[in-house]
Amino acid sequence: MTSPRTDWSGPAIFVEDVHKSFGEVRALAGIDLVVERGEVLGLLGPNGAGKTTAVKILTTLLAPDTGRALVEGRDVVRSPEAVREIIGLAGQSAAIQEELTGRENLEIMGRLYHLDAATRARRAVELLERFDLIEAADRPTKGYSGGMQRRLDLALSLVATPQVLFLDEPTTGLDPRSRIGMWDVIRELVSAGTTLLLTTQYLEEADELADEIVVIDRGKVIAAGTAHELKNRVGGDILQFSVVERGRLGEAAEAVGVLSDAEAVLDAESGSLALAVGGDGSHALVETVRRLDALGIHTEGLGIRRPSLDDVFLSLTGHAAEDEESAATSPRRQRANRRH
Amino acid sequence: MTTTTLPPLAALDIPPPPMSRRVRLGLSDVVTLTRRELRIWFRNPAYLFFTIIQPMMFVLLFRYVFGGAIPVNVPGGYVDFLMPGIIAQSAAFASFGTAIALARGLQKGVIDRFRAMPMARSAVLLGRLVADTLRLVVTLLVILAVGYAVGFRFHNGIGPAVLMVLLGIAFGVTICTVSAFVGLAIKDEESVGSFGLVWLFPLTFVSAAFVPVSSMPGWLQAFAKNQPVTIVIDEMRSLALGGPLALHAWQSALWLAAIVAVFVPLAVRAYRRAT
Repeated sequence: MTSPRTDWSGPAIFVEDVHKSFGEVRALAGIDLVVERGEVLGLLGPNGAGKTTAVKILTTLLAPDTGRALVEGRDVVRSPEAVREIIGLAGQSAAIQEELTGRENLEIMGRLYHLDAATRARRAVELLERFDLIEAADRPTKGYSGGMQRRLDLALSLVATPQVLFLDEPTTGLDPRSRIGMWDVIRELVSAGTTLLLTTQYLEEADELADEIVVIDRGKVIAAGTAHELKNRVGGDILQFSVVERGRLGEAAEAVGVLSDAEAVLDAESGSLALAVGGDGSHALVETVRRLDALGIHTEGLGIRRPSLDDVFLSLTGHAAEDEESAATSPRRQRANRRH
Repeated sequence: MTTTTLPPLAALDIPPPPMSRRVRLGLSDVVTLTRRELRIWFRNPAYLFFTIIQPMMFVLLFRYVFGGAIPVNVPGGYVDFLMPGIIAQSAAFASFGTAIALARGLQKGVIDRFRAMPMARSAVLLGRLVADTLRLVVTLLVILAVGYAVGFRFHNGIGPAVLMVLLGIAFGVTICTVSAFVGLAIKDEESVGSFGLVWLFPLTFVSAAFVPVSSMPGWLQAFAKNQPVTIVIDEMRSLALGGPLALHAWQSALWLAAIVAVFVPLAVRAYRRAT
């Protein structure tokens, strides 16, 4: 008998046609994912798209109904223990114990990973220093800020130096400043070569952190590629403006409609219009000015911009990924505001 | 020797570790989680209140406030009647902690985190149970000490006294398995706290814990006399104060065994399914 193979040259994460239903609800309706070693995959989708279910399957918390999922070549159904040896998981809500100190939380994780006492102590200090928690190390985590709790939570998932890390919505519910702090921490982590699968509802988070983005909606992969590729799929540049007299939005849309095969996205309330105009944005801009001027329609904020992932999501699914509220508090806007 | 080409992306075949190693590491996980739970208990004033101060208050309330109005026919008066009952009642209510902690663990994701780690999955439940049993022992000893201070005495010798305490602990652990199931099935800390454990009230109060069953209306006596809490308390009273032991001993053992036999599998199933 030959000894079992333990070498693996395939991708770090390999998911093939995985289905998962909860009663009538189809959480995953056949998804495929491939994440190469050292790569960051952003799994992007609205609430209920199936992101968390996918993470739970890959971390052995749920068994798929059908299909295969391998982590570093280890099948999550056939060798779940071997999968657990090499993964780390940090979830939506911080899994820290608030009566215990940061150091104690790390120490207990070390024990549960069966590390010896010296390694546990060394790892705890390393991680506390790396995540800027060393000063708070011996205080109960109850008193930590939201950002500190998430950083500790992430540190807990790194105690045993996992080869593949899963972060399920690591910044959901954080204030914009803490979110940017988390991004810095995660970026540093992946620069060290850890394979990372990150789920997020925030398009800009995927844009900031992920090498490759997979968009899922209603349990299905609806698009995949780099942020750049996805943006190109929208159809090049976006022409955007608002009309001063809200009532003339339809008229304006008709006037610029001939510039593109794409359909204009209108928002009657703000009187704004966005239209994908392909590669030649400047030509479209000149034409727009000319046509609207001829009609006597006054505009605000007329310009050409590169598509955001919001545009991508909208064009792929027909509905927006973020609601108004979360968009209004997104870090990029906050950063822009702080500049003033 | 021939080399076979493996099909693309055939999964690695990694055998699970040998049984002896699994058992050793599993025990270490139970110890780690037990110590964790006990540390949390000592750090949280609310937990200390519910497990130490509240049972003490119950003893004093019943001894001095209600006791005078409740006629009983036992050697040392109401305090001797009361203590076996209040020990059983406190043991049952101690399981509140089990249910709430498990519901919170599922809700907050701590249990999922543990289950995604290379540790024994059963250790989450076992560690909880061991810690809660130790906590229960402390609660019962404190109540006994308070009882002694306000006049309670064992009248049947040291052996039966020890057996009474052990029966109280066994009863508490048994109720713990029911509460564990409730906590794991409801999976919501607030719901568990507000209605998940209401069944404990009729079960412990409509029993022989605080008043003689004969003082209740006839229709209620039928339930109160035959329900497991009364049977266990009757046995504890006989152990503490003297009286017939055999019949209630068998009935108690059967009840406790039956409850464990039903609720441990239910709790384990709920734990496996919950995520």
